[in-house]
Amino acid sequence: MVQIVFYLFVLFTLGSALAVLLTKNVLYAAFFLLLTLLGVAGLFVLAGADFLAVSQIMIYVGGVLVLIIFGVMLTHKTDTAKTDYTEPNFILTKHRSWLWALLVAGGIFSVLYRALVRGNFVLLNQGEPSYRSTVDTIGRQLMTEYLIPFEIAGVLLLVALIGATTIAASSRTK
Amino acid sequence: MEINSGLFLLVGAALFSIGLAIVILKRHAIMVLMGIELMLNAVNLNLIAFSQHDPVRLQGQLFSLFVMIVAAAEAAIALAIILQVYRHFNTVQLDEMNELKK
Repeated sequence: MVQIVFYLFVLFTLGSALAVLLTKNVLYAAFFLLLTLLGVAGLFVLAGADFLAVSQIMIYVGGVLVLIIFGVMLTHKTDTAKTDYTEPNFILTKHRSWLWALLVAGGIFSVLYRALVRGNFVLLNQGEPSYRSTVDTIGRQLMTEYLIPFEIAGVLLLVALIGATTIAASSRTK
Repeated sequence: MEINSGLFLLVGAALFSIGLAIVILKRHAIMVLMGIELMLNAVNLNLIAFSQHDPVRLQGQLFSLFVMIVAAAEAAIALAIILQVYRHFNTVQLDEMNELKK
């Protein structure tokens, strides 16, 4: 049962990732990316990471993807010659040559596949993983062992917030 | 549970390759950004697959939490830069930006 759900999520994730790769419409790609990120969140749940699945949905789907769709909308050059209120105004992207993309990505994948199939990971063969909630452990770890990275991450987010607004608004003042 | 953890690593490898293909193939700057997000997600999947066998310290899950934080900051800054580039060059197709100053 769990395996069927797992394979469904894998098909869902990889299928929508391939759709992002194949489609030429940038807005469709953004929506397929949404499906991919949701599928990855499901895989996180199946790997026993409940807290990270929820944060994946909140950060990526709720934050990054909305930001990306805003970016697509704001950088869209309206083609006034084409816009006559009857045709849909698609936001398209061009492709470079397929040869290099397939060569590099296929090469990387075949190398990784060989390494993963041949490799014998000691940690993964170490008995059954336990499935209890990770929220408690993550909270304790963030306040003890990872306190300094946690604080630095807060400062980083503040700097990114100020930096993004400064960069995005800098030409308005001129 | 009966899921083989090695399958998570294979899915992560496939997702990483698809993200890399998107980065190489597409000419739209925001599409390249989407490819980078996919690659970061693939790496997170790997970290979490290893982390489920480490329930006491959960180092993989915490690492991927920090990866997510950095990815969010990176997306915000990158989109601000893309917005500025669009105002400057009036395009976001990467191959058409071939000058430092125009």
